Amino acid sequence: MTVKVKVERLTKIFGPNPQPVLEKIKDGFTKNEILEETGHTVGVYDVSFEVKEGETFVIMGLSGSGKSTLIRCLNLLNKPTEGNIFIDDTNIVKLAKKDLKQLRQQKLAMVFQHFGLLTHRNVIKNVEYGLEIRGIPTEERQNIANKILVSVGLEGWENKLIGELSGGMQQRVGLARALANDPDVLLMDEPFSALDPLIRREMQYELLDIQSKLKKTIIFITHDVNEAFKIGDRVAVMKDGMMEQIGTPEEIIAKPQSTYIEEFIKDIDRSKVLQAKNIMFKCSALVSVKDGPRVAVKIMESNGISSVFVVDEQLRLQGIVTIDDTIIAIKENKGIADILRQDYYTADPETYMQDLLPMATNTKFPLAVTDENNKLLGIIVRVSVLSGLV
Amino acid sequence: MLPKTMNDFPESIKLNWGLYVDNFIKWLNTNYGEVFDAITAVILWFMVNIEAFLQWVPWWLVIAIIFVLGWRARNLVSAFVFSSLLFVVGTFGLWDHMMSTLAIVLTSVVISLLIGIPVGIIMTYSTRLDAVIRPILDAMQTMPSFVYLIPALILFGLGKVPAVFATTIYAIPPVIRLTSLGIRSVPGEMVEAAQSFGSSRWQLLTKVQLPQALPTIMAGINQTTMMALAMVVISSMIGAKGLGMEVLIAINRIDIARGFEAGLSIVFLAIIIDRISQGVANKYEISK
Repeated sequence: MTVKVKVERLTKIFGPNPQPVLEKIKDGFTKNEILEETGHTVGVYDVSFEVKEGETFVIMGLSGSGKSTLIRCLNLLNKPTEGNIFIDDTNIVKLAKKDLKQLRQQKLAMVFQHFGLLTHRNVIKNVEYGLEIRGIPTEERQNIANKILVSVGLEGWENKLIGELSGGMQQRVGLARALANDPDVLLMDEPFSALDPLIRREMQYELLDIQSKLKKTIIFITHDVNEAFKIGDRVAVMKDGMMEQIGTPEEIIAKPQSTYIEEFIKDIDRSKVLQAKNIMFKCSALVSVKDGPRVAVKIMESNGISSVFVVDEQLRLQGIVTIDDTIIAIKENKGIADILRQDYYTADPETYMQDLLPMATNTKFPLAVTDENNKLLGIIVRVSVLSGLV
Repeated sequence: MLPKTMNDFPESIKLNWGLYVDNFIKWLNTNYGEVFDAITAVILWFMVNIEAFLQWVPWWLVIAIIFVLGWRARNLVSAFVFSSLLFVVGTFGLWDHMMSTLAIVLTSVVISLLIGIPVGIIMTYSTRLDAVIRPILDAMQTMPSFVYLIPALILFGLGKVPAVFATTIYAIPPVIRLTSLGIRSVPGEMVEAAQSFGSSRWQLLTKVQLPQALPTIMAGINQTTMMALAMVVISSMIGAKGLGMEVLIAINRIDIARGFEAGLSIVFLAIIIDRISQGVANKYEISK
């Protein structure tokens, strides 16, 4: 996939004279020392990352870690002190005023923590705002706005004033306003942080749903680990204006690069993040339907197991045989096909660990992970699921 | 005991500040007399037309209009009270004087808004300009209002025009201040949101900042109008006809009845203008 947004060694320092401060950071002074000595605040320091087209990239960090400063640099609401930002190979840091306006109108849209809605306008006029700025005729922009409002579930609310809406509704308007512009890149600055937990979860699923249809490039800011891991294809963790680690949620959980991140992910519920594909292993112990029962016994014996999955030539799962049945089959001169059992569970690789739990408690066999063609991808031994219970 | 010389400010370091201002105004008058004559002509033309119009409108129609305005801006009871008050002024025999006063107030308010709102907007663009204009506004408001009458007299002669000039100077600070305050109080995230969609400065101003600041600006307009009404009474001293003139004559003749009626008429006018403009301002309040 092509790279949509590329950030190169970005630094943002707030204050009247940032250049000498830049030297100071390079000399190793900390954020607090610099603030005390020069009165300048280091928002972001030396941050680099790439976001691919269609990817949801989450930037996570505690308040004051510079994540909001960073996302405001991406549409130049904050002017970077140093570094480059490329969107489709254009370095936007160097854009002239006119080109910047055009970039904001056509390629970027932002959703704000406290919504940033125009309270003197009604819902549909808010959604139309970006289109209005671009000079799109009234009728056309109303049509677009109406369609978008339907897709975010605000049909029938077009003429309400913003003050009459609940927080969740207001953020739907904020999202609709951003989507109406059909931006390439959607910037979301803690969009769900001001909402109560139930509404927040609902909005998260809605965003995932919308994203699965629209496939926008999304850069999403949050301080909530669970939200980050639920929404993000990749997650970047920030601390004190710098990047600590960038990776997929599974990578970060499996290999946290610092104690800071370990602290961060301590209270995350693994069963909601880890999927079947993360905990399965490719199994070498398999029996083909063409093999005889004696081969099956041999394989079980050499691997120290008392049951084994049976596949065909294309690795398609056919069933499972146990050691007891196999021994009887040898005595009675039957083939493998005669003793195949089907009372095992299969899961697809995207199944979350929390959904594997009931299967694991109900069976004596390992769980089989298969794709849509019933091809066996791997197996999950019950202990790796059930250990999550303690 | 201190020597006596310590008690008195030394006369040797006396500076004639007042004289400089005096010379400046006179210099203005001799060198740019035509400019002020032209301004006088424009304002006078404007005023004469407004006054002629106000006096041409039948008295019952004015009362009816005030009734409707009061009703729309507030409620039926207020509408009834306002039109009764106007009727009472009519019974004092001061209807034409009231219309003269109203003409000066309206002209001054229009001029104040034409100058004040743009100045208030410009102030928000530059903190330096803000720092310069703010003390000037303070001075304009604290300077005893009579003082404005003197240069106004020299530059514009006697009558209505210097009254408008002095009234405008006295009444313009609130609309400037509150326009500036209103725009500065627009939530930062709202401005950022507008910018993030690529709004130009003009679009930001007209589509976001001014509509958001409108309730505050309306409060400024209300205050400006009330101050204009207060000043217009004082400016009767330089020959502006109207209710103020009636008060002035009453003082000179120690005529209690005439003074009471004229004074009460001013109060009524003030109540009506204040309540109606406040009602209008409240209508612009945005439900947050």
